[in-house]
Amino acid sequence: MAIDLNARIPHGPLADKWNNHIDSLRLVGPRNRPLYRVIVVGSGLAGASAAASMAAMGYHVDCFCFQDSPRRAHSIAAQGGINAAKGYRNDGDSAFRLFQDTIKGGDFRAREANVYRLAQLSAGIIDQAVSQGVPFAREYGGMLANRSFGGVLVERTFYCRGETGQQLLLGANSALAEQIHRGRVNMYTRTEMLDLVVAEGRARGIVVRDLVTGEIRSHAADAVVLATGGYSTVFYLSTNARGCNVTATWRAYKRGAAFANPCFTQIHPTAIPASGDQQSKLTLMSESLRNDGRIWVPKNKDETRSAPDIPEEDRYYYLEERYPRFGNLVPRDVAARNAKDVCDAGLGVGASGYGVYLDFRDAIKQEGLETIEGRYDNLFEMYERITGENPLKTPMQIYPAPHYTMGGLWVDYNLMTTVPGLYAIGEANFSDHGANRLGASSLMQCLADGYFILPVTIGDYLSRHPRGEIDTSHASFKATESEVNERVHKLLSLRGNRPSTAIHRELGALMTDSCGISRNKKGLAGALKSIPKLREEFWKNARVTGSAASFNMDLEYAGRVADYLEFAELMCRDAQKREESCGCHFREEYQTDDGEALRNDNEFTYSSVWEHRGERAPKLHKENLSFESIELAQRNYKT
Amino acid sequence: MRFTLHIWRQESPAYEGRMARYEIDKIDPGTSLLEMLDTLNEQLIAKGEEPVAFDSDCREGVCGTCSLVINGNAHGGFTETTTCQVYMRQFKDGDEIYIEPWRANPFPVVRDLVVDRTAFDRIMQAGGYVSVHSGPKPDPNSIPIEPDVAGEALDAATCIGCGACVAACPNAAAMLYTAAKVSHLGLLPQGQPERYTRVRSMVEQMDNEGFGGCTNFGECEEACPKGISIKFIGQMNRDYLRATVCEPIERSGKMEAQ
Repeated sequence: MAIDLNARIPHGPLADKWNNHIDSLRLVGPRNRPLYRVIVVGSGLAGASAAASMAAMGYHVDCFCFQDSPRRAHSIAAQGGINAAKGYRNDGDSAFRLFQDTIKGGDFRAREANVYRLAQLSAGIIDQAVSQGVPFAREYGGMLANRSFGGVLVERTFYCRGETGQQLLLGANSALAEQIHRGRVNMYTRTEMLDLVVAEGRARGIVVRDLVTGEIRSHAADAVVLATGGYSTVFYLSTNARGCNVTATWRAYKRGAAFANPCFTQIHPTAIPASGDQQSKLTLMSESLRNDGRIWVPKNKDETRSAPDIPEEDRYYYLEERYPRFGNLVPRDVAARNAKDVCDAGLGVGASGYGVYLDFRDAIKQEGLETIEGRYDNLFEMYERITGENPLKTPMQIYPAPHYTMGGLWVDYNLMTTVPGLYAIGEANFSDHGANRLGASSLMQCLADGYFILPVTIGDYLSRHPRGEIDTSHASFKATESEVNERVHKLLSLRGNRPSTAIHRELGALMTDSCGISRNKKGLAGALKSIPKLREEFWKNARVTGSAASFNMDLEYAGRVADYLEFAELMCRDAQKREESCGCHFREEYQTDDGEALRNDNEFTYSSVWEHRGERAPKLHKENLSFESIELAQRNYKT
Repeated sequence: MRFTLHIWRQESPAYEGRMARYEIDKIDPGTSLLEMLDTLNEQLIAKGEEPVAFDSDCREGVCGTCSLVINGNAHGGFTETTTCQVYMRQFKDGDEIYIEPWRANPFPVVRDLVVDRTAFDRIMQAGGYVSVHSGPKPDPNSIPIEPDVAGEALDAATCIGCGACVAACPNAAAMLYTAAKVSHLGLLPQGQPERYTRVRSMVEQMDNEGFGGCTNFGECEEACPKGISIKFIGQMNRDYLRATVCEPIERSGKMEAQ
């Protein structure tokens, strides 16, 4: 199947593209909408908002999630806030400025038209959420409050204390609950998509496993929407939830949906470091801590004193020394890279040697204990809860953690993948963040996709095709179902002695080392040799217990690890091909004299789009990016 | 650290459950209780035994998936803590630890420590929303909301739907959960048009699911990992009373001609 990379970007001036596009789209009339069936996989911000919006329009929606309730999707863990170009602060904000910040933040590796539309739609998201009863922070006069966030010069972030993601998700989830109540959405919880069904070149449905009974079942629809999130758990330890996985998008890739920019993964600089082999996830600490904390490591490798006892002359404030202008406030990627650098040199602290100190001693001396405590009260409490140490007495330990993945399924302006009838929204697609996502932009993108974009664009596809053309009795469903069954039984036949979690941990260590904070040619080549061996190890020595026809979490986990063992290879391949540094993708060979990321715009101003070709190596296609409204420029935070 | 674990094992609702005993050693004090269970499971799997099934996802106390009764207390009995935020250094070396699922009729066991909490979702679906379509809406600043009111609504909305309130209640009442949603929307201007129909439908669904009634034990507030106040139950009761005594007046009829 030849892949069609026409992004279908509308003509006309940037600011008019979306409205002109809406006017040109074909629609499905209200009386016909209930006759169409749409599958939405995932119930996070993108999935819940899309399912609820389409159902409210009248479409019949089947929504699936692997959690026990749609409200538990990992969008719920987003803390900081959501950006919107409301311009409430009178500080010169506008849709164009939000667009500009997002393009620059993404280091010029995202599509202009998509990003502009995102900025345009951002204000409406706040209106929508408030109308659902999302209790955003308010000022004394009752107006919405804002805070500022990294990488921008305006205040445009809306928030609900430190739980903005939770409140926005509960808003979208309540809209979904209403539609379930009205019978327009069938909600399938504890149900995992294990494959996509494609017939006659179009997406026709999915094959799922009921995680309670173990039943393998097919669902047919007129279109399929994947809202299945990102793949940071390829690193095993990440800020993502335990259940997050790449399976749905990877299965879609193997059925013909091209995967774009898989190597663009964001590492957050301030998480609590791993404390030992038994650790299962990393917890984020807000970046705001870097405003008052000084980051350092001991100067001597064999330092044995406890942190407060180490005198000034034996401390290495490496960010302040290396970046005198920005000091501890260098951008996320720079902070992350330098932490890895000093730890690789053997100066790291903590049990694993992969941690650095974030010290509030001097801030307390200058501003007083009460002021600092008041400023970071809940963060200090959260830190103490996890580590058992009080940051007011002994420095915090922090280390970067995999957090968000910018890459995902390639989509056109309508959010449709290269498989007609298959859509990808939210973190599952590659569309808006380029090589790096700005803080407070993920919630915005999920909700723009789900509330406003997809419900309009999907009608254009549906109206062009007869409804209910193929049902689950079609041969393609039977064939896919039997492949899924075969795979489940193959997993259950594994009788080695290694739990799949152990192999996942090994893969995670390998990926963190070779395709994490910084990458180089040799490391990537090594990883590309090691991954197939690890895959072989899995299919030879893994152990999967239990039976197919029961609630079997071991089987679920093993299936996800098996997919990661394939996906990891594509990620490294992509990182190897992109011989430049941009955004979060730092290739050590390509840096400025100051150690900054060095883009190569002449050769790499494109999105890498990978096509699956069965046993043969995947093929790289390029979607060239052009910048008409904003000038291509090197990032600069020195002046 | 070394522990003796007593864990509820139950293959499926059709089978009788029982407490099983496990010994585990070499646990780092910085390990979380769930990570200790992960370690136990890896050891069981390597031996070819079926691991202990338990629910968890975000592991940072916000998704509400984890749900264990630890030593007789929902989420372990620590202040404002979810199961995933319990660490082994909070126990003594050599401790015996009892781990069971939520116990309540409306939350039937699925397997081992996993229970079915879909009853909560059905309460939500009965009315826990403001009926709105997606599309252009009025600017939020056209309806000012006092920060205290928004803050109180958020205090209620912070509920993570874990079900500890039910597990801790001697009556297995779901009133703190239901009240949190009713109050969140009832406090905000956006929730006013459906305020009284909402409370009626949600309370009715809560009763239909078989949850008990509140008799002011206060265990729910004690067990709630988000510290949601029992005063919201008072507010729900007031709204419910008003909803039942003020039946909507039928105004569609016409006066008969004289």
